[in-house]
Amino acid sequence: MTRITFEGVSHSYGERSVLRDIRLDLTEHRIGVVGANGSGKSTLVRMINGLITPTAGTVSVDGLDVARNTREVRRKVGFIFTNPDNQIVMPTVQEDVAFTLRRRGLTREQVTERTNDALDRFGLRAHADHPAHRLSGGQKQLLALASVLVAEPSIVVADEPTTLLDARNARRISELLRELSQQVIVVTHQLELLAGFDRVVVIEEGEVAFDGTPDTAIDAYRELLA
Amino acid sequence: MIGLYHPGKSVVHRTPTLLKLLLLSIAVTVVGLLGEPWQLLTALAAVVIVYVIAGIPPRPAWQQIGPILWILVIAVPFQALFAGWTVAGMMAGRLVVAVALAALFTLTTTVTAVLEAFQALLRPFRRWVDADRVGLLVALTLRCIPLVAEIVTEVREARKARGTQGSLLALAVPVVVRSLYAADAIGEALVARGLDD
Repeated sequence: MTRITFEGVSHSYGERSVLRDIRLDLTEHRIGVVGANGSGKSTLVRMINGLITPTAGTVSVDGLDVARNTREVRRKVGFIFTNPDNQIVMPTVQEDVAFTLRRRGLTREQVTERTNDALDRFGLRAHADHPAHRLSGGQKQLLALASVLVAEPSIVVADEPTTLLDARNARRISELLRELSQQVIVVTHQLELLAGFDRVVVIEEGEVAFDGTPDTAIDAYRELLA
Repeated sequence: MIGLYHPGKSVVHRTPTLLKLLLLSIAVTVVGLLGEPWQLLTALAAVVIVYVIAGIPPRPAWQQIGPILWILVIAVPFQALFAGWTVAGMMAGRLVVAVALAALFTLTTTVTAVLEAFQALLRPFRRWVDADRVGLLVALTLRCIPLVAEIVTEVREARKARGTQGSLLALAVPVVVRSLYAADAIGEALVARGLDD
C-alpha cells in the first residue's frame, strides 16, 4: 500500500481555522474518515489530491510533497466527489470515461480498450453512447468511479460518495469501493459503509478526536454526537 | 449535439469529421443556390437516401427536423403572401434540406470527434491558441447546457412550492448562484482529474 502522511497540518479559511496540527500516517488498505458537518474532514481529504494546500505543515503521498509535486500526486490519487453531476465533463458516458485518459500519451486504440474495460467493469457498457446527464443517480456515481479508475490511480479518495444515493445504490457503491485493490479513503456519515475497513479516523472541530479500528472509532463518534 | 449522437458503423459514421464538415458546407451552399423545384426534390431524395445509408431511424430524424416544420407552418404563408407560393415552397424546401443535412452530421458524429476536428483545425495556430483548451471549453459548454436546464427546473419547482411564481428575481438569483456553485465544483473536479496540467 501507499503511504499518506500529514505532518503538523493546519488549514484556515481567512480567520476561521478548520484543521489544527493534524498528524497522521495512513498506510492501511481501507480507511474511513467520519465527523460532523463542518468538522474539517472534507478539507483533510482534499489535501491528499492537492485540491487544498495546507496553510501550515506538509501532506505527502509516497514521499512526494503534494504541494510541490501536485501533478505526479494527482496521477496517483483519484478523487470521487459527493455529487457525480459535478464530475461529468463530457456529454456521453463513453466520452466521459475516455476524457480522463487525455494527455496520457496513449494511442486511440489503447484509450478505447481501457475505456471499454472500465465500462464493462461498472456495468455501463450498454449506456456507452447515452447522454451522461440522463443516467440515474446511482449510474452517475458508477460513471464517476469508472472515470476515476480508468486512470489506474494507486489511491482512491471518496468524499461522501453515497450521500445522494438511495439505499440500494449506496450499498452497491460501498461494495465496489470495498473491493478495490487500491488504497481507499472514504469520508462518510453512513457508518455501515465502514464495515470491513481497516482504520477509521474521527475528526471533530478540526482535530483528530479518535483514530482506531472501525468498531471502537464508531463508538467514539457516537459518543461525540450524543 | 447533447445526447443526439446515434451510434452506428455506417460509412457516414466512419467518414472523417473534417471531411463531413466540408461536405456539409458544400451541400448547404449548393442547396441554397437551387432554383427549380425538381432540383430541390432530387436533393431531398438524396438526403433521405443518405439517412437510410447511415441507418438513422425515422424517430431521431424527426426529432431533429420536426421542430423546423412548426416554424415553416407560420413562415410559409407569410412568404407566400408577399412572394407567391412557389418562392415560399422553395424557401421551406431549402431550409428543410439544410436542417436535415446538419442534423445528419450531429446524429453521426460524437462530441469527441468534433473536438478532435476543432483541435486539428486550430493546430496551425498553436503558437497563439491552445487547441486542447478550446476543445475543453466547447465540451464544457455543451455539458453545462443540461446542467443549467436542470437547475432552472429545480428552482422553478421550488418557486412553485413556495408560492413565489410571479417573481423573476426569485428565479434569476438562485439560478445564477447555483450555476456559479456548479461551475466551481466542476472546476474542482477538472483539477482533481489532472486537467490543469
